[in-house]
Amino acid sequence: MGLLDANISKHNVLVTSVDNVLNWARLSSLWPMGFGLACCAIEMMATNASNYDLERFGIFPRSSPRQSDLMIVAGTVTMKMAERVVRLYEQMPEPRYVLSMGSCSNCGGPYWKHGYHVLKGVDRIIPVDVYVPGCPPRPESLIGGLLKIQELVRMEQIGISRAEALKKLQEKSIDPGQLIQDARQGVEAS
Amino acid sequence: MEDTQENMPQSSEVIAAGKVWHVLREKFGDAISELDENPFMPFFEVRQTERWREIALYMRDSASLRFNYMACLSGVDYPEEEMLGIVCNLESLGHHGHKIAVKVKCDRNGGTIPSVAKVWKTAEWHEREAFDMYGMIFSGHPDPRRILCPEDWEGYPLRKDYQVQETYHGIKVPN
Repeated sequence: MGLLDANISKHNVLVTSVDNVLNWARLSSLWPMGFGLACCAIEMMATNASNYDLERFGIFPRSSPRQSDLMIVAGTVTMKMAERVVRLYEQMPEPRYVLSMGSCSNCGGPYWKHGYHVLKGVDRIIPVDVYVPGCPPRPESLIGGLLKIQELVRMEQIGISRAEALKKLQEKSIDPGQLIQDARQGVEAS
Repeated sequence: MEDTQENMPQSSEVIAAGKVWHVLREKFGDAISELDENPFMPFFEVRQTERWREIALYMRDSASLRFNYMACLSGVDYPEEEMLGIVCNLESLGHHGHKIAVKVKCDRNGGTIPSVAKVWKTAEWHEREAFDMYGMIFSGHPDPRRILCPEDWEGYPLRKDYQVQETYHGIKVPN
């Protein structure tokens, strides 16, 4: 996970605020690699465009893996594409994050049973940090996923591994069921 | 339903296809089968597969036929008959306006069908796709590679008895 975690054993190094500053800088300008593979890419483009305006979060698509620190896998990953996905992921500089967008890249989606040519989940080939469900997910869900990535970046510090950070993130999660119900009741009431 | 179809007068398309078939019957005799006069897409079968290219050229160039347009070429698997086949939808655009479908079959294991890629340019990629999905060989094809699956893919995905491979380059394929 890059410079900061590089196998420095815990509690040997003391920093005050430098990782906070670094994390703030990083999470305020996440540059995702434009990696549209199928219809999810259309939603991703919509999220980048003026109505949802990802640039207010500092998120701006890059066309090169060398300049990006986030890969949004948006769409169906075929077996033919899988090796290219791995290669592009490896070309990204660390620390790098992966957001899997939509059912196809999460688990194969509608191609789960009969799609001989589809990779059943991009996590079979690269580590995924955040999964965004939906077929395709609405721009709001993608923004939600990106905010989760920002939370993950905020947790970067010396001596904490990505796995631990993801676990912490999971502990912080809240069950959306109640929220959804509240929102529905709100709509009905109004 | 069938009764009403029997009683219905033949549409002009079927009549036109019948005329086409008569021309071909006169020229090629038993090399082609009877015409199936269904109202959707009348078709005949090429019985002598090795004469398919000759028939195709005649269909394209003969003044009374002028099939200058191949609308589609699809592959078919007939597991009961141990055969593979193609269905070609042909049309004479701007000349006679008639349409007909032609079926050509070959053996399921290593069978060959003469390629018509040089007759209709459309057939080149369509034949590559049929080969990719069903595995029949098109003899004389200018570029006989797979078109959609990776070059080193195992098996032919649209065959009825297709079993997907376990791994591809170390990646697990089935769910």
